[in-house]
Parts: sequence; structure tokens; C-alpha cells
Amino acid sequence: MTIEPLEQLVQSFEIAGQDFSRAGEVSSKIRRILQQIGAPVETIRRTSVATYEAEMNVVIHAQSGRIDLSADRCAIQITVSDVGPGIVDLDLAMQPGYSTASEEVREMGFGAGMGLSNMARCADDLSIDSVVGQGTTVKMQFRTNG
Amino acid sequence: MEHENSVFHAVRLIEEKCRGCVNCIKHCPTEAIRVRRGKAEILDVRCIDCGECIRVCPNHAKTAIADSLERLRDYRVTVALPAPALYGQFDDQIKPEQVLQGLIDLGFDDVFEVAFGADLVSVLVRRELQKPGVIRPMISSACPAVIRLIQVRFPNLVDHIVPVCSPLRIAARLARPEAARRFGVSPEEVGLFFISPCPGKVSAVAEPVGYRTSAVDGAIPICEVYGPLSRAMRDRKAAGQPQARVRSSGSGIGWARAGGENQAVALGRQISVDGVHNVIDIFEDIERGKLSQVDYVEALACTGGCVGGVLTVENPFIARRRIRMLSERPGPEDAPGLEELVEALDDSIFRHDEPISPRSITALADDMEEAIRRVERLERVLETLPGLDCGSCGAPTCQALAEDIVRNEARETDCVFVLRKRVQDLAEELVELSSKLPPAMNHQQVDIASWADGVLRVEEEPAPRS
Ligand SMILES: Nc1ncnc2c1ncn2[C@@H]1O[C@H](COP(=O)(O)OP(=O)(O)OP(=O)(O)O)[C@@H](O)[C@H]1O
Ligand code: SF4
Ligand SMILES: [Mg+2]
Repeated sequence: MTIEPLEQLVQSFEIAGQDFSRAGEVSSKIRRILQQIGAPVETIRRTSVATYEAEMNVVIHAQSGRIDLSADRCAIQITVSDVGPGIVDLDLAMQPGYSTASEEVREMGFGAGMGLSNMARCADDLSIDSVVGQGTTVKMQFRTNG
Repeated sequence: MEHENSVFHAVRLIEEKCRGCVNCIKHCPTEAIRVRRGKAEILDVRCIDCGECIRVCPNHAKTAIADSLERLRDYRVTVALPAPALYGQFDDQIKPEQVLQGLIDLGFDDVFEVAFGADLVSVLVRRELQKPGVIRPMISSACPAVIRLIQVRFPNLVDHIVPVCSPLRIAARLARPEAARRFGVSPEEVGLFFISPCPGKVSAVAEPVGYRTSAVDGAIPICEVYGPLSRAMRDRKAAGQPQARVRSSGSGIGWARAGGENQAVALGRQISVDGVHNVIDIFEDIERGKLSQVDYVEALACTGGCVGGVLTVENPFIARRRIRMLSERPGPEDAPGLEELVEALDDSIFRHDEPISPRSITALADDMEEAIRRVERLERVLETLPGLDCGSCGAPTCQALAEDIVRNEARETDCVFVLRKRVQDLAEELVELSSKLPPAMNHQQVDIASWADGVLRVEEEPAPRS
């Protein structure tokens, strides 16, 4: 018996830090791709919410970044890596309501401190690597139950 | 009504009038139109009957099919169900009572206001919003174009649609037994006709989404009744006779304009969004989880709400002002309390009796493995296209053409730029080949090359850069 390798989709996208006019573009593109490959509605919903939060964190807190997407029949992997200040206390950052966002950013409706906890809720698997002064990498996995 | 595989559409093309100008393909919110062989073609699975193409076609080649007043003959008893937007179509002096009486004078045996259905739906939506733990934000179920938009473009949001039927459906469910009783006929002998502001509602009447069967027997456009109705009202006024009774409240009538439903429901954090492209923007925000602080989204495909429907007559801004004035009217004094009425009725008449199922149009193939291969091919195809979204290929954007190509519904050479490039490459190759000869014939080379030059007339001027 031969096992056909799963068809795998791999794509990367750049995120411009501090550019609010284009914020959310990458996660919209990714959502569209997931719809194009016919991923289950529920998986797309969770992936979109978490990817959007991660993209916004790069826009708000970092200088620049990228999102790598890989998807196959079984799971979607989203890796968001940035060049930025890094996260000093990860446990603290994960707490709902904790935010270091500036007043200006809050006025735009961000900075409720809910992003990371939303991501943890939506993803089946979440891991964060951060080096203070260098940057942050967030890896998330979403199973498609397929 | 059978609707297993087909989707009924009121929006149609009048082929003789279409000049293939590509105006409509650019405005369609679901990219449901392609121009092929010089004529627009509406793709059934994608069309949501919003009427945007009817609005923008400079040649009036897009139209809506609907019923005419002739159909009243098919039933023993007929009841008109006027959309709230109808009240906004006439002069300020004309009261809702006169409009209803006018419909009766036109030949209907009775009227039942959809605005009254809206009064009931307002109560029901308020109750839904008070239930603990419901999904946020909820999206209004009133606009059928929005419901179809969600099905095809926002399948993730299907669960957000408020589980309460539309004002039209409730009005119809109440009107039929009432008329049967009043006129002493069986319910099937009653013909219910919606007086519609839009093709979306015409389609919803012919083929409802979320219900097994339609509660309404036909839909007649507002613009179709406008003329005869105006005359009937004038005659009646001259005769000075009594008018029909209005049972809706001002808030129910207010549903005709954007913001009216929210005003009637008046609970929680509500937003009102009108115009299909604005609705799309808001839905994208909901998909990102950005609107979880909002309780209710009133979403209407037409700018200004139903007064902006493509089958209306009056300028929507003027109609909107009238509706606002009318919405300040108190309800009739003898009206039974709406809350009590809702209590007294069987809950099932307010509900969808079938799930509203997603019909995503975005997937590139049914099989995920194949779809992944197509997404990859899509990227490569896109790189060969100029990114000008010129529309000459008959698709609205280069992206849409690329999607059609990987679905095997179009060819790369449908793009004039790709075609031109291919022709150029071919010409160059021809010239090049023409100078090559088998070694045995090499002495003739010069002659043959100049012969090829003459025949091909390949021009030397550089191609304009795109
Ligand atoms: N990519 C990042 N680089 C640097 N710091 C980050 C990054 N992501 C998160 N943080 C830190 O973690 C905190 C919490 O992040 P979280 O996304 O939960 O909230 P927020 O971005 O402040 O607000 P919200 O996401 O609700 O708009 C941030 O305020 C910030 O201090
Ligand atoms: S907004 Fe009103 S008139 Fe326009 S499509 Fe929706 S229901 Fe019809
Ligand atoms: Mg955040």
C-alpha cells in the first residue's frame, strides 16, 4: 500500500508595522485562501480571529513582521514573527486585560488586552517565543477535524 | 416549491439591450457577472439578487422579473401585503390609510401590512437579545439580499442571523387564515401578494431561504402598482369615501428606512449599516471578531434601506424623510398589546423551519487536495496577469479571472495582455525559425529570410510598456 503525501499549501506575507491603514489585510487574505481551499467554516472562523489578533499585535507593538501559512487537509499552521521590542513577561501578557498599548492606540479601539487570550482560546495549539529587544514569534495550529 | 439544486433569481438580463460594456461586472458584490461573447452572463450560484447591476447598467439591460396585477385573477380572494417602503412613495399629504384603501380599490379584497409584521418582529428580536449567552452580534434577518450574501460570501456568519423570520413572513402567516375566515374560503383560495421594493424580496417569495415553503403567492413591484395606485387614490379622494384601517405603528413603518429596525427594537448596542458594499465591510469586521461588543447589526443591502430598493419610484432620500415623519405616528389606540399578541401566537410561526445553510462560492474545488493545488496554481497565474483589472476579459478583476482559469472556466489567453504577449513571442519565434535552414540548403538562407520578412511584416517599433 502506498500513502499519497498530503497536498500542502505554503505561503508567506509581509506585515508593515505601525501602518494602521493596511492593518488586517494579511489576515483577510489568509481567510480568503482558507475559503478557497474549502477548509471547514468553524476552522476558518477560529483561524481568522486569531490571525487578525496576531497581525494587529505586530502592527501595534512591533516594527515589522511576516506571517507564514501552511495548510493541508488536517491542519492549518500560522506563524507570525516580528522584529520588535519582544515581550518582557509572557505570563503577564497572556492575562486578559493586560496591555501596554498607548493612549493613541486605545482611541482607535485596540489595547483592551484581549488579543493573546483570544488567540489562546481560538487555537488548538499556541506557542510564543520572544526575545526582548529582538522580536516575537507566535506559532498557532488549528485542526480541521478532517 | 422545488429548489434542491437551482437558485431562483428575479434579476435577469435583457440580452438585446446588453452591449457588453462591463459596467455591471465591476459593481457586483459577489462577482456574479461575466461578459462572454459580448453579453453579460449572471452566474446563478453567485447572484444574491441585490439589484446593484440594475442600478448601474447604463443600457437598462438588467431587469427584475416579478408578478403583475393580472395574477389577482388566479385567486378567489386576494390580499395585498404592502412593504413599509410603499408609504414613502407619495406626497406628504397622502396618509397610510389612503394607500391601503387605494390597494383595495385596485382590486385586492383586503390588505395586511408588512409594517404590522415588523411591529411583531421588533418584539421578537428584543426577546432574542435578552436571552443569555446568545451569539454576538446578531444580524437582522430582514433583508433577503443580505441573507444570500452571508450564505455565499460569509458562511462563517450564518449562525449570527437572528432566529426570527422576516416581517413579510409573519404578516403572510397571519394574513392567510384571517382572510380565509373573513371571506369564508379555504386558505388555498387566498392569494397573498407582496408589494415589493426589490428583486431580493421577489426571489425570497419565489424561493425562500430558511423555510420549506413560501408563505406568499406572488410579488408585485412597487413601481408596477405605483401608477394605478396613484390614480385610485385620486379618485377615492374626489369621492370623499372612507379609508381603510391602519394597524401598524409608526415604528413598524419606520423599518422602511435604514435605522428604523434598530429604533423599533431599541435594545442594547445596535449598529445600522446600509449599502451592500458597506455591509460587506462590517461583515469582514465581524469575521475578525472585532464587533463582539455589538449586540445587533441591522444590515440592509440598499443605501438608505428599503426606500432605496431598485423597484421603488420615489427618490430614496425624499422617501426616507417621509418614512421618518410617519415613524413618529403612534400606533392605533385600540390595537392589542404587541407583547400579548406575540404570547398568544404559536412560536413556530416566527421561526425558520429549515437551517440557512452556507453555500460558499469561494472554494476552488470540492476536494480539498485539488483546491490546494488550484490555490498554488492561482498564485502563478496571477503573476502572469497585468493587475490592471481592466475587465476586457469579461471578469471583474485579474484575481477573478485567475480564479476562473484555475476552475477551468476561462483561459489565460482571455486576457488581452497575455494574448498579445503570446502573439509577439510567436512572431519572434517565427522570424527566428525562418532564418534557420538545414545545412544542405544553407546557401539559400539570405533569400528565405527576406521572403519571411516580406510575408510577416514584423514591425520593429518597441511595444508600449505596461
Ligand atoms: N508582537 C508583540 N510584540 C511586543 N509586545 C507584544 C506583542 N504582542 C503582545 N505584546 C504585549 O502583550 C500585551 C498583551 O497583548 P494582547 O494582544 O493580549 O493585548 P493588546 O494588544 O494590548 O490589546 P488588544 O489585543 O486587546 O487590542 C501587549 O499590550 C504588549 O505589551
Ligand atoms: S434593503 Fe430592503 S429593498 Fe434593499 S434588498 Fe434588502 S429588503 Fe430589499
Ligand atoms: Mg493585541
